[in-house]
Amino acid sequence: MENKNNFKGWIYLMPAIILIALFTLYPLINTFLISFLQDYKYATGSSSGFTFDNYAVLLGIKEFPDYLTGKGQIDAFFQYALPNTLLITFITVPISIVLALIIAVALNSIKKLRTLFQTIFFTPYVTNIIAVGMVFGVLFSQTGLINEILGTSISFIPNQGSEAPTYFHAMLVLCIEIIWYELPFKILVFIGGLQSIDRQYYDAARIDATPKIKRFLHITVPFLSPQILYVSITSFIDGFKEYQAIAGLFNSRGTTSLNYNLYTCVYFIYDQIQTGGQNINYACAAAVILFVIILLFTLLQLYVSKKRVYY
Amino acid sequence: MKTPTLDQNIVLVIDKKGKDTIKTTKLDKTLKIIGLIFVYAFLLIVAFFALLPFYWMILTSLKYQDIGHFTVDNKFYIPFNEIAWSNYIKVFQVDGFDIPSLLVNTLTVVGISTIGTFFITVFASFAFTRLQFKGRDAVFMLFLITMMIPSELFVTSNFITMYRLNLLNGRWQIYFATMAPFLVNVFYIYLLNQTFKQIPNELYLAARVDGKNDWQYLWKVMVPIASPTLITIVLLKVISGWNAYAWPKTVVMGDATYAQITVALRDFADFSIGIGSSSRDLVTLQMAGTVIVTLPLIILFLVFRKYIMRGVGRAGIKG
Repeated sequence: MENKNNFKGWIYLMPAIILIALFTLYPLINTFLISFLQDYKYATGSSSGFTFDNYAVLLGIKEFPDYLTGKGQIDAFFQYALPNTLLITFITVPISIVLALIIAVALNSIKKLRTLFQTIFFTPYVTNIIAVGMVFGVLFSQTGLINEILGTSISFIPNQGSEAPTYFHAMLVLCIEIIWYELPFKILVFIGGLQSIDRQYYDAARIDATPKIKRFLHITVPFLSPQILYVSITSFIDGFKEYQAIAGLFNSRGTTSLNYNLYTCVYFIYDQIQTGGQNINYACAAAVILFVIILLFTLLQLYVSKKRVYY
Repeated sequence: MKTPTLDQNIVLVIDKKGKDTIKTTKLDKTLKIIGLIFVYAFLLIVAFFALLPFYWMILTSLKYQDIGHFTVDNKFYIPFNEIAWSNYIKVFQVDGFDIPSLLVNTLTVVGISTIGTFFITVFASFAFTRLQFKGRDAVFMLFLITMMIPSELFVTSNFITMYRLNLLNGRWQIYFATMAPFLVNVFYIYLLNQTFKQIPNELYLAARVDGKNDWQYLWKVMVPIASPTLITIVLLKVISGWNAYAWPKTVVMGDATYAQITVALRDFADFSIGIGSSSRDLVTLQMAGTVIVTLPLIILFLVFRKYIMRGVGRAGIKG
């Protein structure tokens, strides 16, 4: 009986195990290995040995070797991709969390039309970020709605027929788009958390004449802290992995001009593969660097939250 | 602004014979109504911004584009007799955006991968929750750990694997390469485990007494009981499959023939007119293409709203 079940269990798990081994565990080890190889050629698997240079070049410590092509792209990692990734994350995540919290509290305080509003607010979640980016591109085009309302003709999107936007304007639209797209998920999680808070705490506070803002800060926020931590961890991870929003908005051009200045880490990784992959070992090293950043940041949040989160 | 409190009210009752109590409750009520108006106004503004891109997309797709200057007006409405329905015919002739064949690619990949994910998830969850065997918990831990690792760590190596296995050429090879790395989703397994765990053990014993084996028990008892969760999983998989961009774009290596529709919309469809620096995008056609790509999912969402929102809220699955 035990033995039979043993065998059966593995049979049922077999498809999942095989796929995870092939497309998750093996790549994990492989990516790590390749990131330490010099002059790796993916078509043949040849390399000229072990090296730390890939990391050193990406982190701006060493020069990219002259005998290889694609220097501009590689240099863009340290110069643009890394700073942009951090900038986008640290701007969009806090703003979208605070906004989502306010919207969720407002939504939770009404009874009529709540389902309708909730449905409307959630719709962006099921929409393609590529399509969203293209629509934002139209809204923010030089002759588009936003410019007409502002009475200006600012160039936000690098596009044919319009002048090149400044880095600031391109980043601004990108952050607005990301915040717009990231809100629904957060609102939904916060609403779930709010509905599980016992009403009696609010009733008690009302009898004590606690002002609304204090009720929010001393009841709502502490009781919501597990959801806030959860949303914060997942959205920081998503922020660090930003790529598709940029591809959608800027027509797969990671730049306002010709220098990759709108690159992010993940954009860098995909672009390395998609433009021929001749420096794929650098893409692997970039992925490992990104992984380390995400890991450190997640651990930091878990550490800070130990003192602040009430379960 | 301090809201009137219970003890103040009591004092007022004694002092002024209840006259002001009515006044204060009235004041209380008006304050509440004003507050509610603010809340609704705020929510309306948010709703406006949430819907604006959708409205603008549909509206633009139905406007005429001035061929001389390529500009589109920014009016919020179109008179009915000026609606450019023809954009939806013209968009079928756009270069690199062969909608029928793109739909075949997308529906095949989404369909097969959804069915595959469904069975893989059901089998794995059945093993994790119903069968006892050595190493089960260790495997589940391993699965959970893989969930924490960003998928960007796999793409380079997976691309090399697909290239070496010669899976980046030909229809079925590319279809396979597009879906294979994402067939197992540990989030879905975790979600289904939670549901399967709630099914009482007595049902299993009763089924055994009835002479049902494990396989029959899984399909006749567990799957029907867990059907709401399974519907959620199928819907989430369809959404993520349809919307996938980065990996599907990587595996087609610049060739639109077997690409997914989302990838083609951004990277292969040529909505521009004219040559070189004088070329301009036909925004109206571009938006018609965007509508075609987004509308199916919005309809799916509106029909299955409850399942999707519950699933996302419960497990916190990010698309």
